[in-house]
Order: sequence, then C-alpha cells, then structure tokens
Amino acid sequence: MALLQIAEPGESAAPHEHRHAVGIDLGTTHSLVATVRHSLPECLRGESCGILLPSIVRYHADGATEVGVDAAAHQASDPKNTIVSVKRLMGRGFADIEAAAHKQYDFVDGEGMVRIQTAAGVKSPVEVSSEILKVLRARAEASLGNDLVGAVITVPAYFDDAQRQATKDAARLAGLNVLRLLNEPTAAAIAYGLDNESEGVYAVYDLGGGTFDFSVLRLTRGVFEVLATSGDAALGGDDFDQCLALWLREQTGAGELGPEDGRALLVEARRVKEALSKADTEPARLMLSSGLKIDCAVTREILEQLTANLAAKTLVPVRKALRDAQLGVEDVQGVVLVGGATRMPQIRASVERYFGRAPLIDIDPDKVVAIGAAIQANVLAGNRRAGDDDWLLLDVIPLSLGLETMGGLVEKIIPRNSTIPIAKAQDFTTFKDGQTAMAVHVVQGERELVRDCRSLARFELRGIPPMAAGAARIRVTFQVDADGLLSVDAVEQSSGVAASVMVKPSYGLSDDEIADMLKAGFEHAADDMRARALREQQVEAQRLVEAVQQALLADGELLSSEERGAIERVLENVILAAQGDDVARAQAAVAALNKATEVFAGRRMDKTIRSALAGHRVDELKV
Amino acid sequence: MNLHPALGDFFALFQMPRRYAVDDAKLEAAYRDVQARVHPDRFAHLSENERRVSMQWAAHANEAYRTLHNPLMRARYLLELTGHDPQVESNTAMPADFLMRQMLLREAIEEAREEGDVDTLDALLRKLRNEAKAMENTLTEDFDVRNDYTAAAGRVRQLMFIDRLQQEIGGAIEVLES
Repeated sequence: MALLQIAEPGESAAPHEHRHAVGIDLGTTHSLVATVRHSLPECLRGESCGILLPSIVRYHADGATEVGVDAAAHQASDPKNTIVSVKRLMGRGFADIEAAAHKQYDFVDGEGMVRIQTAAGVKSPVEVSSEILKVLRARAEASLGNDLVGAVITVPAYFDDAQRQATKDAARLAGLNVLRLLNEPTAAAIAYGLDNESEGVYAVYDLGGGTFDFSVLRLTRGVFEVLATSGDAALGGDDFDQCLALWLREQTGAGELGPEDGRALLVEARRVKEALSKADTEPARLMLSSGLKIDCAVTREILEQLTANLAAKTLVPVRKALRDAQLGVEDVQGVVLVGGATRMPQIRASVERYFGRAPLIDIDPDKVVAIGAAIQANVLAGNRRAGDDDWLLLDVIPLSLGLETMGGLVEKIIPRNSTIPIAKAQDFTTFKDGQTAMAVHVVQGERELVRDCRSLARFELRGIPPMAAGAARIRVTFQVDADGLLSVDAVEQSSGVAASVMVKPSYGLSDDEIADMLKAGFEHAADDMRARALREQQVEAQRLVEAVQQALLADGELLSSEERGAIERVLENVILAAQGDDVARAQAAVAALNKATEVFAGRRMDKTIRSALAGHRVDELKV
Repeated sequence: MNLHPALGDFFALFQMPRRYAVDDAKLEAAYRDVQARVHPDRFAHLSENERRVSMQWAAHANEAYRTLHNPLMRARYLLELTGHDPQVESNTAMPADFLMRQMLLREAIEEAREEGDVDTLDALLRKLRNEAKAMENTLTEDFDVRNDYTAAAGRVRQLMFIDRLQQEIGGAIEVLES
C-alpha cells in the first residue's frame, strides 16, 4: 500500500527494495506458482513434490483438506469428496454443468453458482479453488518470506465476467492480493516475446485441461497488443480423456460405471493418452469393481480417430479470431503452443497444417503461462526497471457486453475484442408515461437474443421523476477494468437519480462473509503472528505518515485550507496510534488516513498523468 | 462518445490536427506513447484512488484511439466536434442508385446465407470494404478540402448502411462456420 508514494510513474519508490510478487497459473489439471528473483523468472517447488501441483482437492468429514498429489491418490476410492477440474465449474450455474460431470459429484441446485455436496459440507467452486491457491501461497511464502505484495492470477482469455470474478474471489479467499487477472495466452506471449525480442504478429494456441484459447497479438517495440481472442471455455484435454474412456468401456462391454470405476477409468485413459504422445501403442489395463477386466492395446491412430472432431473443433475459434483481427494465416509469423494438451502429436500436426509452419515449443508448455504471469507480477509490484521493463500490455475482452432491450433483444454496448480498460455509455428512455423505474439486464455474448447470451446481472433504476414517455434520458455506462471485470451504472440525466452494480456471480458467500473468514483466520493466529502484525502495522503507519507529509509539502496547493486541516488531524491520530500496541487501532487509523487522502491522491495522480502527457511530443516519436 | 470531456478532445490527446485525414502510423505511435504513460499497469502498486484515475485516462485513450482509427467513427466524431448533426435517425433519404445497389447486395447476401456459401459471403465482404474505402476518400475531400459538412453527413449515413451490411455478413459467416 504505497499511497501517495509517487516517484517516477511506475518506478519503484525505493530502488533497493525488491517487492516480492508471484504469478499463479490456476489450471484445470494442475496449478503452479512462479516469481522473478535476481531478474530471472523461476517456478517454485513444493516441499515434497515438484513444480506442478495437481488441481485436486479432497474433503474429509472433519473438515480437513488434502490438495495435490495426496488428494490425487484417493480420487478413485473417494471420488465424491475428491474434486478434480474444478476450474470447469467456476462461475457456472447448475444448468451449465455438462452431463458427464453430473455423474461425478453430488451437485446442489440453487441460485447462482453450482455447489458440491462433500463430506465436509457444501462447497462452492470458489472455495475449492481457494484451497489450491492457499497451498501455492504457502509455497511462495516458504520460499520468499511473508511479505508477499500480491499475485497475478491467470485465467483463460475466453473466460466470461462471472468466471473471472469467481477466480478473483477465490484468490481473495486464499488471502492473496490480486494485482491483476491476466489472460493465459497473453502471459505466454510475454514469456516468449520478452525472451526473443520478437516483432510482428504472433498467435498463441492454448489447449489446456479444460479450456481452449486462441489469441492473435502484435508485438511492436515493447508493446504487446492483443488484436483478437477467441476460444471455447469447455474444450480441453479432459474431453480427450472422456472420449478414450468411453471407447474403452464400449470395447470391453462394461455397462454404466459407478463413480469409483468411472474415475479410475478416466485416470487410466489420461495415462494412456499421455503415453501415446511418445509411444505408438500403449496398453490400457484396469480391474473394475465388478471383476470385469479392461485390457486392451490402444494405438495412437485409434486415439487420433476418436478425437479428430475435438482437434478440428479448435480451428473454429482460430478462424474467428483471425477474421476479427482482419488477418490471414500468412500474416502470422509464429504460433506459440501452450498447455499440456498441445503435447499430443495430432494437435501439433493440425496446427502446422493450418498455419503452414512448425509451431514454437521452446518453453515448456506447462510452465510458460506461470512464467509470463511472474514477469507481469514483478513489474506490477513496482519493480519496473527503466529500460529493461519498458514494455506495455494492451489486452482485450473476449465477449461482447450488452443490455436487454424490448422484445428480448440484445443491444451491444461494448463489442468483443475491445481493448481494456474501457468505458462506454448509451442513452435509453422510458416507454410509458409517468414511468418511474427501469430494469437493467446486463448480458454477455454474441447472439442477438437475450436467451442465447449469458445473463450477468439485473438491477433496477428507481425514483425516475414522472415524465412523458420518451422524455427521460437514462445513461447506462459500462466500465471494464484492466482485469476484464465489468461494472455498470445507470443515471437519469435530468434528475441525477442513479443506480449501479458491480457485476458479481452469486455462490453463497457475500463480500462480508469473505472478509469475516479472513479476519477469523487472523484472530486465531499464534501470538508471534500477532506481534509481527503489530510491527507490520507500525511500519505501514510510519511509511504512510511520511508519504502524506511529503505529499503535503510537494502538492499542498491542490488542497483548500479546510481540506488540509482535515488531513492533518487524521495524520496526528495515526502518529499516536502507531506508538501504542493495539493492532486494531493502528489498522483503523491507517485506514482512516487512506480514506481522508482519497481525493488528494486522486488529484495528485491526475496532475502526475497530465505532466507525464505534457512531456510527450508527437514529433519526437519514432514512427 | 467522449465520456470524460474534462480529459480533453481525442485529437488533442494525441496532439494531432483536427481533420479527417489521419496518418495511421503516427496515430498508432501516439496512442502507444500515451498508453505507456497512463495505463493502470504502471500504477498497480499504488492506492485504489490513484489506480482509478489511471484507469479513467487509459479508458479515455482507448476510446480516443478506437474513434480516430475507425474511418466511420472518426467522421461522426468530427461532425459532433464541429456541431453538425449527422441526422442518423431523422434523415433516411438516400440517393436512388445507392439504395438500389444496397438492395441487390442484400439479396446476394441472403442467397449466399441460405446456400451456406461462405466464399461468396467473403467476396461480398471484400467488395463492401472497397466501396467503403472509396467513400472514405471522398469524405477526406468533404471535410478537409471543401469543408462541406452537409455532404459529409450524407456520406456518413451511407457508410453506416454499409457498415451494418458488413456486420450482417460477418454474423452470417460466423453462424455458418460454428
């Protein structure tokens, strides 16, 4: 929290102080964490395991959880309590769940996001994901110390608003400060682009465990500009496993399988699939609980035939993104492969056939996303070094955002592939005399009818003064931030009546509940933790006091004398609180000072940006 | 629409002359330069208030670039800046030969859509792009040489027509290919 510590924009205020930040790839199949140390990105290892943490969480009746390899070991014996591929459930409702998944868990139907019945109670996908993130956070702290500034969490570029918000909430629940949600293909492009100092148009083909993304980027003198992105949020390596498992079941004449056998068969199918990326033939062997034995040789050719339609399905978003970018395959200088599923030879061959060139695979496709995220996290944390880190990322939203209008039609407000952050407004009016309220229904998707798009939020603007039909002027503003998250507000222009909503999926935990859970964790911490917290609070208070004093000295003229007086009073209070030993009081005083300097900080920032802009002259630019 | 008039007009932001002809390379370079100075990624380690101000500037720069980069949006913006109403809703009169050509095009699109003929749709899209391009050249003369804003407004209405057709074709191709 470096409020008011404006040195040069974006440069570290204290050059010798490295601020630790991490990049986290929260994947469908496995997750990992990386950081930049001594200017080099590296993936962090777990205590007893390797870099890749299987994204598997097992719940016990006493509330304990196992994550990763330990949980994976029990997935066939305890499938209902051992959650795999939870990423596919993020931000999804009961109706969205694929038929295959219904057999795996006991889902709880209800409002908002789907939830799963486990031995430890009902869990939302957000909570399950936060268990994975907690393990990665502990891993990072074990390696970097406890002063983690924050994390960049990657998401599939094709994730919609609900899925992004759910991911951010999971990180918050795991006690992580989210510096940015970063699109996975963009993260990969950063890792590649900075490594090779490339220029020109590049494509990223990212086939993960459960999602497919395709992005087209232009790299020009340190600017990574995403031109278009497309994908399929429900297509990945998992689907290849399902295909093979189904075929194996049919081959052996095994009928409908129970959850234990079903999971065991999926695990075996996945093993065989992975083996076939190197071998031409691999035996599939499994003893079912009925005593029936699956024993059958699978050739690569069989796997390729079974999954040819899946490989072909990835080319639909590829064509769409190229068309959106108004480019042909000949314009693409290189195709980067990302995601474990791109190890399959048929995927590599299909990409090579389509683009007429061999894809780039020099960085491990399992690690490239986390590495790119770590590089971005390092810069966002304030460790930008002039010269080396003067690069900029311009990303886009993957899906159009709009409003429901008369007749269930969608009025698009922000088209897909718009560069973020973005704010757009549209004016609407009332259609009845004396109408005092208006319903606002926010949707995401490309189709013309509301029922074919995803519903993101509904809210009402009330208290419109009664006027003749068509006289009111209601301006609805959509704002998408740099994380790709949407907020919407509606204002009746003549009366100033306003309503707004931060679009959020509901999954049974309110913001307050998350805050309470985090606070509870803190209160139950051991005494030494509390002592450390006090010291941290005192340092934070000290730092803030100095920053505010400096700011008042430098830019005092931006404040009226009353405004200045108000800030100075709160400042005194912080100095006093920092001398005592009451953590909560120090915390409250710091929060009050932050609040009291809000407007001042905004004005200083505006001044900083205006002077930064005044420093640029078009004729000086290299064109 | 410029949502943040306090942050200045779009041409001024990029220090470009207020006219229709735009040097694309210069615009791109100026846009990247401005973004490098205002983007939230440069201020992610600062407080929420400071980040909010930066986000507003970055959104303003994105909207400015999008508007000036797109020939139709740039024309509409210039009309708005100079106080001319393009009469998009009220004035639907079009030259007869223009309407006739559009009708024939629409029929061709409908036919290709029904037959699932993506190649023909692609060809029609290219044809419309060329037609739009020609009109943009005339717009440069309307705005920058003759200062004839009434003629420019009429052409803007025609370009919007063509733009809608292009979107329809794009949508049809997408449906056919998915």
